[in-house]
Amino acid sequence: MHSFGYRANSLLTFAVTILAFMCAIVSFSFSNQTPSAQIQILNINWFQKQPHGNDEVSLTLNITADLQSLFTWNTKQVFAFVAAEYKTSKNSLNQVSLWDAIIPEKEHAKFWIQISNKYRFIDQGYNLRRKDFNLTLHWHVMPKTGKMFADKIVMSGYSLPDAYR
Amino acid sequence: MGWIGETIDTIKSIQIRQLLTQAISLGMIVTSALIIWKALMCATGSESPVVVVLSESMEPGFKRGDILFLHMSKDPIRAGEIVVFNIVGRDIPIVHRVIKVHERENTGEVDFLTKGDNNREDDRVLYAKGQLWLHRHHILGRAVGFLPYVGWVTIIMTEKSIIKYILIGALGLLVITSKD
Repeated sequence: MHSFGYRANSLLTFAVTILAFMCAIVSFSFSNQTPSAQIQILNINWFQKQPHGNDEVSLTLNITADLQSLFTWNTKQVFAFVAAEYKTSKNSLNQVSLWDAIIPEKEHAKFWIQISNKYRFIDQGYNLRRKDFNLTLHWHVMPKTGKMFADKIVMSGYSLPDAYR
Repeated sequence: MGWIGETIDTIKSIQIRQLLTQAISLGMIVTSALIIWKALMCATGSESPVVVVLSESMEPGFKRGDILFLHMSKDPIRAGEIVVFNIVGRDIPIVHRVIKVHERENTGEVDFLTKGDNNREDDRVLYAKGQLWLHRHHILGRAVGFLPYVGWVTIIMTEKSIIKYILIGALGLLVITSKD
């Protein structure tokens, strides 16, 4: 009962249990989070109906964001992406991701970028003319260990032109 | 005639009770592990509540050998969530992020498109031939939590199965030779 083997075994089990517990409760530490963002549509590059029948639009976006307050000692990276959300007669919700970035450090979390959409903005159908849509900046905090959490800022008031161009 | 007597003596000297106790303890350990696994499946609503990351398609967020905890709730799946899904014809589930969501007004069915963070292209190349979208029934769960490095044990055991046999052999030997 008091051999080396037993003592080593129970010590190891105890140590691993404590480690697992610490990894789990790390998820409950929240800090004061005040991220901010602004997105501007600088230009509608083109807006066409594709041969297979779906509308597609290409935009140039100007994205300004400050996500520094999301970084804690336990943050490995923050994944940020901009999605367009809109409703059509066929679909009650459409979310199309236009751009994303991985932010590995706090210093890179305050940024300004002007870019055309990284992923194609294609509708299921041809409902995009004169469409109002929201642009949402989502962020996904990926920790070094523990629970991941995500949130977003919704910016509304954007719309697409009446006619193809 | 003598050797029959010797054999009978050997058989009598094996303590049946001790052997049975050992067998039952082993059985208890195995079944309690199974109970915990099934309970986890119930609690998280997912067929595989814990998965090991096998590819580098989600780096630097998830590296090979990390463990993901999954949860499946009735909440609708939205863009940005990391989901684990099965493709018909592939036996290993894939962990990627949802980048497009189209939800039908009338039926409530949803089409998803996914992409690995570290991949250049979206996942249409991975889907079954002719499949353009994922649907709810392909999805095993959402990734909600994460533990680094712990999954290497599973990867080593799967890729070099000789180690699995050595481990099980050693464990079996330990059980048989332990004094209590």
